[in-house]
Amino acid sequence: MSTTADTSGLPAAFAEIAQDFIAASKRERLDLLLEFSDELPELPHRFTDDRDSLEQVDECQSPVFLTVEVGTGDAAPVHLFFDAPAEAPTTRGFAGILHAGLDGLSADEVLAVPDDAPMRLGLAEAVSPLRLRGMVGMLSRIKRQVRLRSAAAATR
Amino acid sequence: MPVPFDPDAQLVSYAHPERLVTTQWLGDHLDAPGLVVVESDEDVLLYDTGHIPGSVKIDWHLDLNDSVTRDYVDGERFAALMSAAGISRDTTIVVYGDKFNWWAAYALWVFSLFGHPDVRLLDGGRAAWVGEGRPMTREVPSPTPVGYPVVERDDTVLRAFKDDVLAHLGKPLIDVRSPGEYSGELLHMPDYPQEGAMRGGHIPGAASVPWAQAAAEDGRFRSRDELEHIYLESAGLSPDDDVVAYCRIGERSSHTWFVLTYLLGFEKVRNYDGSWTEWGNAVRVPVVQGTEPGSI
Repeated sequence: MSTTADTSGLPAAFAEIAQDFIAASKRERLDLLLEFSDELPELPHRFTDDRDSLEQVDECQSPVFLTVEVGTGDAAPVHLFFDAPAEAPTTRGFAGILHAGLDGLSADEVLAVPDDAPMRLGLAEAVSPLRLRGMVGMLSRIKRQVRLRSAAAATR
Repeated sequence: MPVPFDPDAQLVSYAHPERLVTTQWLGDHLDAPGLVVVESDEDVLLYDTGHIPGSVKIDWHLDLNDSVTRDYVDGERFAALMSAAGISRDTTIVVYGDKFNWWAAYALWVFSLFGHPDVRLLDGGRAAWVGEGRPMTREVPSPTPVGYPVVERDDTVLRAFKDDVLAHLGKPLIDVRSPGEYSGELLHMPDYPQEGAMRGGHIPGAASVPWAQAAAEDGRFRSRDELEHIYLESAGLSPDDDVVAYCRIGERSSHTWFVLTYLLGFEKVRNYDGSWTEWGNAVRVPVVQGTEPGSI
């Protein structure tokens, strides 16, 4: 098992998470994932009243929804919102990692995140590669939404 | 010494009531010597969020499947897995899990390939236990490893391979996937796009009985009368039929295998675990599309 994470191209917060996972044993990686699952922020009320505005992540085996807000100005901070049931802790854990690793970055920084970032956490051996595809799907949907919302902001 | 069977009145009408336990029985027997409770879920972390006190986790992906060849673990790996879980050959195992025991039934089927003598399912699974407010814990037990013998897996009785199914065409087959997968409209199960196939449809002659029909609204198995109506009268099966069940990767059909074998007393039911992810990708095997079973 590798003990050094490949952090090239990863934003600082995500790189730190990757290092924590890679340094952990397989068993500890599941514990860490559970922490991210437990700590995933609740969906704000403005979305719970309007769930149709959320996008379902079809790549996940459990019902998980997400949406993205892109702020204004040069920094254009990106905020991520997830909705995943307590019965789907693995999916919640993936969402928690993406939230902790990406929330607050600029749109450009989010778009620059390598598509294989979810593969750099050493989770394939802890949860199986098939399950990890759900996280890859979440990242690609986040980036697609950021792209759409940035374009919409630019034409306003 | 074997743990006594659950004599609950709601189980006695089934063909093999000794293969099921109620939540009440399990609650009363959690400390029984010779009993090990196993949780097996779709979600690899669900056990870690809270589980029945004293239970151990066995994951279908990481523990029961070989990580290289598409097959189950061999006798040595199975023995190591059981031993580490504190299970010996004469242990009574009770399996439970999420999603109407879907993955629990799959684990039970794999345990049966190794001929584990006494393995039972918790009727209603995790949802029934949680729904009744019964105790859950995050405390993970540390079982004392016990000796489990290396038993060669027997794939001849409960398991069917693609060639077996080709030879079986014309005899009873049961497709337990969703109607859209059966007809060929969907190339994957709703919400499971990553386990797709090149072709959609079903194996010629297969009756369509989605697996979850066997579960009542509360997640417990339907009564024997209701199950007979579904599988005998509607689907036209008979308990002395030679039946092959399949789905997408063999998990949902494990659930149906359990129902036919232990609740309805069918003598010969095999699970085709290659299922649609093999058949729908295989070259020049016959496929039928639409809602009718069709023929070869």
